[in-house]
Amino acid sequence: MQRLDIKFSKEIGSYDKFNAAQCFNCGTCTALCPMGINILPRILFRYVLMGMKDKLMENKDAIYSCLLCRMCEDNCPEGVRIAENIRVLRRYIGRHVYGL
Amino acid sequence: MPLPIGDILGILTDNIRLRGSVLPLPKRLISAWADGLGIKEGGETIIYTGHMYQLIPSIKIMAEKMAGLENSILTRYFWMGRIANKAVNLITFMGSPSPEEQARYNNYLRNIAMLLKEAEVDFGCLFERELYTGALIFDQGIDHVFEMHARKVYRLLKENKVRRVITVDPHTTNMLRTIYPKFIKGYDLEVASYLEVLCEQDTDARNPLDADLVIHDSCVYARHEGVTKEPRLLLKKTGARLHEPELSERLTHCCGGPIESLFPGKAHEIARKRLGQLAECGNKITTMCPICLVNLQGAAAKADVDLKVTDISEYLAKAYCAHV
Repeated sequence: MQRLDIKFSKEIGSYDKFNAAQCFNCGTCTALCPMGINILPRILFRYVLMGMKDKLMENKDAIYSCLLCRMCEDNCPEGVRIAENIRVLRRYIGRHVYGL
Repeated sequence: MPLPIGDILGILTDNIRLRGSVLPLPKRLISAWADGLGIKEGGETIIYTGHMYQLIPSIKIMAEKMAGLENSILTRYFWMGRIANKAVNLITFMGSPSPEEQARYNNYLRNIAMLLKEAEVDFGCLFERELYTGALIFDQGIDHVFEMHARKVYRLLKENKVRRVITVDPHTTNMLRTIYPKFIKGYDLEVASYLEVLCEQDTDARNPLDADLVIHDSCVYARHEGVTKEPRLLLKKTGARLHEPELSERLTHCCGGPIESLFPGKAHEIARKRLGQLAECGNKITTMCPICLVNLQGAAAKADVDLKVTDISEYLAKAYCAHV
């Protein structure tokens, strides 16, 4: 059973740079990712949009594994600011999990 | 056990807060590269290193230690390291790079300064007063600390009446040209990479290079800053024959460097993969970023074939400068 945390979703969505809702899940990013981690980045973004905070937290390693190389972003047909969105997730985790 | 992300980020953040850099170096090490070059203090146009090349020997030592700790039981005690680091700079206990190693990376900066002089660019430097830009904590999303640090760097530049900054690496270029203006209202510095400045000056090579070079583009230069044609133009004017891997320019493949501090094993895997792509085109590889340089050199040292990875400034200095 997944618990949905709307407050979490709203908080991340409130960062003006976070535009993951534009993603239409084509998979270009996943195919191009040098890290070859399937969850990067589109599945992570789905977790956020749906408020699945626990699932996102289970995948902290993937979030911090992103190289921010923008190979995905440069080829995203929807203009999703993928690197900035990943940074927003790191900002959230840094603040709420690591107390930075 | 994997390396503890929170404690490592905590140490890096504490270092920026307390000591002004993620890996604080002695002040003397920051400016030693400029010894004897006759560069003036300050001025409206300055060369700004952002400490990146000077940091590489220490980054290498740290990366080796981290790789050794990854998946070891000692990762459980990192939290103690974070507490201790608040009182004492732990970097000083990790070991010092050899003078030869430090000189090698300082030499890349000397090459760049000599190239600018050869191209008749009038520039000064802030020497020991220069600060690291905070690129690593920006990448990790620690924005409140990054913003504070960026303001400090901007204040330093404004107090010294700097108007134009010539950068030496992609990360510093990206911070000072693209990221800082997003955090600092009224930011008004003109920022250009030395590769762009040299292209603008349109100087000709003095000594032709008889070399086959494989170009590795930095992700930050290529995709963040749009710097791709400048290194090619400068190298082509030397007479060197350039070879491009399938993934080049805006499609360049990362060297793995950005995750070196948290996931050294994965970073090495990415570097090995990229090196393989480059090695298909030739054995002399040239980079334009100190992070790419150290990661690909590390992978080359473990490769079965003889591969030479060198900073672009080395080739440019040989071709464009009268005395190198």
